Amino acid sequence: MPIADDAHRIAANARRALEICNACQFCDGYCAVFPALKTRRSVSAEDLTFLSNLCHNCRSCYHACQYAPPHVFDLNLPRSLSLVRQQSYRDHVWPPLLGGRLPYAGWPAVAVMVAVVLSAVALVAVPALLWVPPETLYGRQSGPGAFYRLVPWKAIVGVAGAAMSWSLLAVGLGVASFWRGMGPAPAGARLWPALREALSDAATLRNLGGGGAGCNDRNERFSQARRHFHHALSYGVALCFASTCVATVYDHLLGWPAPYPPASLPVLFGSLGGVGMVVGTVGLALLKLRADPAPVAASLTGADCALLALLFLVAASGLGLLALRETAAMGPLLLVHLGLVLGWFATLPYSKFLHAPFRFAALLRAAMERRGGR
Amino acid sequence: MACASCDCDVLVVGGGSAALCAAIAARRAGASVLLLEAAPKPLRGGNARHSRNMRVMHDAPTPWVRGRYPADDYHADLRQVTGAASNTIDDGLARLFIDASADIVDWLAGNGVRFHSGTDEVLPYSRKTAFFLGGGKALVNALYAAAEGLGVAIRYDSTVRALHLRDGPPAVAVGDANATIRAKALVVASGGFQADFGGLRQQWGEAAGEFTVRGTPHATGIPLKALLENGAEPAGAADRYHWVAVDGRAPLFDGGIVTRLDGLPHGIVVDRDGRRFADEGAVVGPSRYTAWGELVARCPGVTAFSVFDAAIAERFRPSIFPPIQADSIGGLASALGIAPQTLESTVAAFNAATSGGTTAGIRPPKTRLAAPVAVPPFGAYPVRVGITSTCLGVRVDGRARVLRQDGTAFEGVHAAGVIMAPNILGTGYLAGSAMSIGAVFGRIAGREAATHAHC
Repeated sequence: MPIADDAHRIAANARRALEICNACQFCDGYCAVFPALKTRRSVSAEDLTFLSNLCHNCRSCYHACQYAPPHVFDLNLPRSLSLVRQQSYRDHVWPPLLGGRLPYAGWPAVAVMVAVVLSAVALVAVPALLWVPPETLYGRQSGPGAFYRLVPWKAIVGVAGAAMSWSLLAVGLGVASFWRGMGPAPAGARLWPALREALSDAATLRNLGGGGAGCNDRNERFSQARRHFHHALSYGVALCFASTCVATVYDHLLGWPAPYPPASLPVLFGSLGGVGMVVGTVGLALLKLRADPAPVAASLTGADCALLALLFLVAASGLGLLALRETAAMGPLLLVHLGLVLGWFATLPYSKFLHAPFRFAALLRAAMERRGGR
Repeated sequence: MACASCDCDVLVVGGGSAALCAAIAARRAGASVLLLEAAPKPLRGGNARHSRNMRVMHDAPTPWVRGRYPADDYHADLRQVTGAASNTIDDGLARLFIDASADIVDWLAGNGVRFHSGTDEVLPYSRKTAFFLGGGKALVNALYAAAEGLGVAIRYDSTVRALHLRDGPPAVAVGDANATIRAKALVVASGGFQADFGGLRQQWGEAAGEFTVRGTPHATGIPLKALLENGAEPAGAADRYHWVAVDGRAPLFDGGIVTRLDGLPHGIVVDRDGRRFADEGAVVGPSRYTAWGELVARCPGVTAFSVFDAAIAERFRPSIFPPIQADSIGGLASALGIAPQTLESTVAAFNAATSGGTTAGIRPPKTRLAAPVAVPPFGAYPVRVGITSTCLGVRVDGRARVLRQDGTAFEGVHAAGVIMAPNILGTGYLAGSAMSIGAVFGRIAGREAATHAHC
């Protein structure tokens, strides 16, 4: 079976790379991967799962590598670990039935994402086109409850809630399977201090700091650009989520229906978050396009960019909705925005988004190992 | 100095850390600088690419090194390794070097090189050396970036074929076209000649064909030979090398640190005939790599085998190459091309003589870490030697000027790095000192060359 052959080759290649790294260890100041590797005499399949997801793909180790091509060892750790990491998404997908069937790389992955997102947009837009009178859909709407005249609140909550519940379940079970896939957790490590450490690592992206001066975002020179753009994106998403939570409280508990005035918390959080997401996605995409291609697994770039594009569209349509909500464009924009958000929710467990919970789990495991004295 | 036909003020031959430090120092002193690196860009940086740390004097903890390492301690450590060759050492130069090493880390950091914090928990404790964050290639990348940023002209793929030192300002011939480049001052920082197998053969005969080179294939020593032919006073010795025991499957060049074999003191080591030839437990500390380099270089065929059993294999870090394995000693011998009876009797005699971590009644003894080789599967690594660098250089003064045999200095000709390290190290090896010598004398040579060019 070609897929199994591929997985075998990918694992063997990464194992060989890590064994050379373990004999060298010059990169041990860059990130958490090398100190974690150092405690291992050999690299098991579980170790590969763990270390590949602990890697933040910053590529500093490639540019510092005395064994990188054209050396005969042809060592390319970021690329090798990227491919294993991608394989681990496949191995721990839920439901497991999807394991061998979902593409995570190349154009098929992009095509699946586009198809799901378009279906989600259609799911929102088609009923509205069929049942909402055109004068409401294309007319100017304003005042409390304007959004819900187009798409009923119950429909939004019902459909989005169902998609989100499924996705959270699938991500949760996937992460649980991944946690087991990293092998037994180290005995004697207290969970809470390790959790605090992992949260701090994730919140600061310490491992994208290259031990202080940043990483090799594009070439052999160091920069913090990738870390900062990622902060803009992830904190942007967090702010948008906060905006949604506050709006839910306003609407549901306090009885103030959307839309809200510009100086309100939901609009402030949402617009700040939206700008962050736009800046983050554009910045990360530009870095990706301009980066030295040598340490990158080119087959994965499509799926990475697909997620960035989707998040950009989610943020841009949201900002557009805010800017144009007093005009006739509000109706179509609302449908597109809700459809894109729904599409994003639906693809969470099957897209590059998985890197976030998997990486956090790996950071937690690394912190537990450090505290457990592996 | 006026020179209408000169292409630049300071010409630097070499592309490793000494050359880069010279180029940066000269440029910072206001000179126009051209650097000629023999390697293509991906392999730039000479042996510095494979380095990890540098040994520096400090009287108090610094951000990069713990504790203190006073000049007298450094000097005593140098004395210890230079040993018999210590009469070739220039003690005044060594003292000057040790003092200058105190602020070299600051200077490198000011030129973009990043170091581990001295309190970094991932590192082994060291009060003597500062570690490069990301290792030597990261240092090389940083120094090239700094040099480019300052306006140093850099040419890759530029092998220097000859030096012209007799008439007027120094000049070099570069590349296949032998194009001449003339400068007001010259810094030669092109390392040793370990990658010139013809040169190695002159000292070691056919055995040299079995050596591997742990570093750059571009250290062919042409500028070194040219300086000597022009009458430079030699330092060190032509037939002495820094070398270590490496896995026999290491690549011919650039094997670096990972091909070193860690486990030799744990099992037994036999020659290609299947006989032990040294006390494997004699050296178990960090100098074991070097000690075995010396021993294996003198073995027939420059080949030996590290032999161990399944229990011993757990006690050392495995090679990056898989062990050759068999379920019996005879089977292992066949796989290694050794007569089975010889290896069987070697192992049987060793096992019978082993008790309490040492041996009794066999020659050579094993004085430490002796354990029977008895638990299958049995494993072996082929062992060869890997040369880090040769120990022949040119004599320099405290301004890094190359000296003639009569003690006078060549006008405007300076040397830095491994090409002059034997002034300080003789034929000895002190971990982390070569990188310090390169940086310290690179900095001095660059500054002095710029001064010479301007006066």
